[in-house]
Amino acid sequence: MMRALLFAASLFAAFNAAQMPAFAIGSNEALADPAQEARARELFRQLRCLVCQNQSIDDSDADLARDLRVLVRERIKAGDSNEQVLRFLTQRYGDFVLLKPPLKSSTVALWAAPFALLVVGGGVIALRARRRARPAPAALDDAERARLARLLADDERPRT
Amino acid sequence: MIAETGHFALILAALIAAFQCVLPLAGAARGDQRLMDSGRTAAVAQFLFITVAFFSLMHAYVVSDFSVANVVQNSHSAKPMLYKIAGVWGNHEGSMVLWVLILALFGAAIAVFGRNLPHELRARVLAVQGMIGLAFLLFILATSNPFLRVDPAPMDGRGLNPILQDPGLAFHPPFLYLGYVGFSVAFAFAVAALIEGRVDAAWARWVRPWTLAAWCALTLGIALGSWWAYYELGWGGFWFWDPVENASFMPWLAGTALLHSAIVVEKRDALKSWTILLAILTFILAMMGTFLVRSGVLTSVHTFATDPGRGLFILALLLIAAVGSLGLYAWRAPGLRTGGVFAPISREGGLVLNNLLLATATATVLLGTLYPLLLEALDAGKVSVGAPYYNLTFVPIMAPLIVAMGIGPMLAWKRGDLPGVLARLRIAAIVTGIVICGAILLNDGPLMAVLGVGLACWLFMGALSELAERIRLFRIPLRESLRRLAHLPPAAIGMTVAHVSMAVIVLGITASAAWQSERVLVMAPGDGVDLAGYRVTLDRVEKVPGPNYTAERAAMSVTRKGNVVTVLRPEKRAFVTPPQTTTEAAIHTTWLADIYAVIGDPVAPKAGEGGKAGWTVRLYHNPLVPWIWIGAVIMVVGGLISLADRRHRVGAPARKTRSAETPAAGAA
Amino acid sequence: MRRLLFILPVSALIILGAIFFMLLADKTRDPGAVPSPLVGKPVPAFSLPRLDGNGSVTEADLKGAVTVFNVFASWCLPCRVEHPVLMRMAADKRLRIVGLNYKDKPEDAKKWLAELGNPFAVVASDRQGRAAIDFGVYGVPETFIIDARGIIRHKHVGPIHASEYPDRIAPVIERLLREGGGK
Repeated sequence: MMRALLFAASLFAAFNAAQMPAFAIGSNEALADPAQEARARELFRQLRCLVCQNQSIDDSDADLARDLRVLVRERIKAGDSNEQVLRFLTQRYGDFVLLKPPLKSSTVALWAAPFALLVVGGGVIALRARRRARPAPAALDDAERARLARLLADDERPRT
Repeated sequence: MIAETGHFALILAALIAAFQCVLPLAGAARGDQRLMDSGRTAAVAQFLFITVAFFSLMHAYVVSDFSVANVVQNSHSAKPMLYKIAGVWGNHEGSMVLWVLILALFGAAIAVFGRNLPHELRARVLAVQGMIGLAFLLFILATSNPFLRVDPAPMDGRGLNPILQDPGLAFHPPFLYLGYVGFSVAFAFAVAALIEGRVDAAWARWVRPWTLAAWCALTLGIALGSWWAYYELGWGGFWFWDPVENASFMPWLAGTALLHSAIVVEKRDALKSWTILLAILTFILAMMGTFLVRSGVLTSVHTFATDPGRGLFILALLLIAAVGSLGLYAWRAPGLRTGGVFAPISREGGLVLNNLLLATATATVLLGTLYPLLLEALDAGKVSVGAPYYNLTFVPIMAPLIVAMGIGPMLAWKRGDLPGVLARLRIAAIVTGIVICGAILLNDGPLMAVLGVGLACWLFMGALSELAERIRLFRIPLRESLRRLAHLPPAAIGMTVAHVSMAVIVLGITASAAWQSERVLVMAPGDGVDLAGYRVTLDRVEKVPGPNYTAERAAMSVTRKGNVVTVLRPEKRAFVTPPQTTTEAAIHTTWLADIYAVIGDPVAPKAGEGGKAGWTVRLYHNPLVPWIWIGAVIMVVGGLISLADRRHRVGAPARKTRSAETPAAGAA
Repeated sequence: MRRLLFILPVSALIILGAIFFMLLADKTRDPGAVPSPLVGKPVPAFSLPRLDGNGSVTEADLKGAVTVFNVFASWCLPCRVEHPVLMRMAADKRLRIVGLNYKDKPEDAKKWLAELGNPFAVVASDRQGRAAIDFGVYGVPETFIIDARGIIRHKHVGPIHASEYPDRIAPVIERLLREGGGK
């Protein structure tokens, strides 16, 4: 709705990032190894910039996001696996930092529901379709079936 | 004085709305024509009074009347006129007035253009509209009055958030509200039909144009918002799965499902209670969006400043509307007669699949948006649900929908011939196969890109095959085919256009996500960098004054093989009231890509280490990203073409079949 | 069974409404706050120079007494809002107040403390913000309340307003003091 209305407010009013001097740790440069850099970018997209609430640290220019990018690159360079990097951050910031919620007992419903709904919805539709189809006896020959279809069509026309 | 007039007009509008929800309803129950007609007068009067209120508020903004608190908080005398006007709805109170204005506009439109509706139905629809209007007018008057005065009046206002000082503000919210609020008409029709206990083909025919109009507006509103975010927020993204974006997307998804299921009601007299439910839920979702944004229940990049009193008030409104309408549904819908029978493989079957997938997609977005709140309420920790979740759930639900979109329109009503249809789609299949092979060979991005390109191609070819089939292209002389094309009903062309637009959007999203190039670096004047076959050189950075800000503007020349393509001029603007900086991206748009440049902070060389002085610069090459918005515009055009169909025209003077008076089948 | 299907939507909306109500009615709820996983855990190890330049500050300085660990910076406006509250807490001799000066120039921070008063027993200077990340800091100011064993027991995000202190901070401190470990 008011796109971006309080993007600024969350950044500037509450935490004063506007006046935050740029003391980002180390450099903000890409890793030399393209494979490692690709992994870093993939991780950036999965990590939430906590200051700006709804962006990933890949999208954000906030100071903290920059620090976290540097941190992630450092950990990757030091040989951490993706899981280790994510664990490092969740130990400090909690699951909230992950844009992709981890699968655990409290999030099973979140991950399963879309597909469960599809199956249940499909099931209900199939069941109702079958119930409605049931009155039609199974053993009709082609001629009878054609006649029935014709009759049904005729039956409906005056109403429509 | 003018502010008081506006306030008074709002109170009068609320009184009129109170009459509007009672009198026509009583009239319809008793068959009293005069009482029923009073609803039309009330709807028009309500609209006029809210118009007075709206323009009173706008007047206060235009003349910078700082004795009005709302103007003080959200405006400034040095603000350009466009933003003084658009600033009216750049805040909670003013945007609520716009909300009720649009609601009343729809009410008045039904009163004026709904001449051919059965009088009882029209009276009931207007009564329901009156109830919604009354509820929101009371909300404004009780918690969000924009006409409150301050005494003494300050010398100047506090200004508007600079991010909102953009032409986007002028157009994005009005279209969004036209969409949200427009769905109230479908809601009112659904509730009226439940009261009457009658849903038939004629009902669907009346409700479709309103839904279609609202849907077009919402499509445009969302697209404008996403475009605004793309160029304003400065990191090249266009959709963030933010709760508030989701709040606008859910009614769109549900509304899209509604458009399709209403076709089945109209043509085949089936899916009636489901369509009623969708009509109700679409508007409830729109109201829930309003609740989420304005209640303070969650934080988002877009939420309004809030207080809990307002939140509880909107929650009460939401619950009254939901429990009232859905309760009525639970009571009355089981009595609706089920209509036409159809085989699973049929046009109806295809539309049912469409609805199943769209409803699941809506539920997924709803769940993702609300899940953090649910967990918090259960004290089970706090999680984030972001883009990676939707990529893994929403996308797999939409992919089969797009496959089905290529097939569904070719299936016959009642019983379709799937092998036959697939045979007629063989050219589409072959082309898609070739394109997929090409994509696999050329793709240097993720594998998903191949899937996206394949889906887009399939949908595009499928839609064209359907059109070719209709005009019997290459099977009869070309002139004859063209004659057929000219005589196709606009609704059929509208559908093809809308489906093609979806292919364009899918391609735009896929390409920009998979093949974006990005450079983030420190550049000094004279430095150059390569970006996706272009060379971008920072020529200079200079200070430029603006009307209510000062800007640092860079000039970056973009060349390709030595030829200058364009000069990009991104800015960083520093506003004084309120003190904030914004980035203004510079974008060079071609048909195939955007070159997108943002200038950040100046970087000083580090003491001792040397390092480089210059500016942080972000450069992007976003392939096909303009197609997303071009696609959205085509989609709206498709909707409008459909709306031009005589059968869909709002208040079309003559109806060939099924006159309003004919008691149609389906009465409970 | 068929009826049930029709009652489902209204029931779902009522449940949803009840949840929204619970969240809205909770006056102490801050929708933007991120609960810290460090609450209940020992303070993370760190070693930073003291702001006054005399040696270093480590996690050992946060153990042994009930400690209020406050993250602040001279460039942070809300820090000024909570500063008087910290000054008042400093008057309570049972407490130890330690500062973490976040991404700040030492001379600016020293000037700031000279001007507004220094509530801190000792201040660590975290110019790069690396120790702050180990504490899960995502904005300034933030305040941790640590018990005598060095376990983080509470975290407050944003400035502690004078009006919030009695309800949200004081009870925690009193509880920890009762557990033992006043200075």
